[in-house]
Amino acid sequence: MFQHPSNRIFVFLLLATAVTFWLGESGAAGSAGWAPVLVMFGLAATKAYWVIADFMEIRHAPALWRRLLAGWLVVVVGGILLAYAVSLRG
Amino acid sequence: MTSRDQQEPRLAGDLAVWLIICAEMLAFAILFLSYAVARALDVEAFNASQATLDLHSGAINTVLLISGSWCVVRAVHAVRNDAQRLGVRWLAAGLLCGAGFLLFKSLEFSDKFAQGLDLSTNTFYMFYFLLTGFHFLHVIVAMVFLGILWVRTWQGHYGAHDVHALESGAAFWHMVDLLWIILFPLVYVMR
Repeated sequence: MFQHPSNRIFVFLLLATAVTFWLGESGAAGSAGWAPVLVMFGLAATKAYWVIADFMEIRHAPALWRRLLAGWLVVVVGGILLAYAVSLRG
Repeated sequence: MTSRDQQEPRLAGDLAVWLIICAEMLAFAILFLSYAVARALDVEAFNASQATLDLHSGAINTVLLISGSWCVVRAVHAVRNDAQRLGVRWLAAGLLCGAGFLLFKSLEFSDKFAQGLDLSTNTFYMFYFLLTGFHFLHVIVAMVFLGILWVRTWQGHYGAHDVHALESGAAFWHMVDLLWIILFPLVYVMR
């Protein structure tokens, strides 16, 4: 089952999705402040990283492409979390 | 260390396709950040509208896209090893996952339209239909690419000697999965 590296990533992606779903379904995502949102987007960023690095094979690409895709992920997730922080203050 | 790790750095797929992928990712980044800012300005209204979304449908669609992506990874791997028949089966499985996504998303859209919800309902629904509708169109385009690649792989055009087009189509397919990985927690779960 885990012989092919993509199988391990696939199982992780499914488990991370299950945790994100549980955070929404249980209501934790809207009632416990920062922690669930950090977990949720930490998992989303990790999932996205695995997809970029191993499914899209950016791990083997020239450094410019690796930085470009990693930068996209940092800006998007960082921006979302920053906006969330602003919403808590308001 | 695997043999691929020891090779010269190489972008898997066509440069033109990767430039299109970058343009699409930039467009979605702007949409994601616009959604996050608009939500921060009106949290209560966004949370109230978000509560009407079907979380189960969003999660099922996430699983379908992740599974579709995994199938396409296995297809590219199989074709690289000259196992074209196996590659064809993995691509067919990827297409089935994509079709499942389109089916569930269509049901979700029709449910929303039946409730009288559309782009003009409020800011949340404007973003909801814009983000998920734009993404839906990308899934259709990715499925057309994958369908063509499925036929050409079945005809034996690709193998260890040439996987360039297959890698390009796979990269676009994975981008669609990548975008949904951000979209699902942002639009369906974050409160």
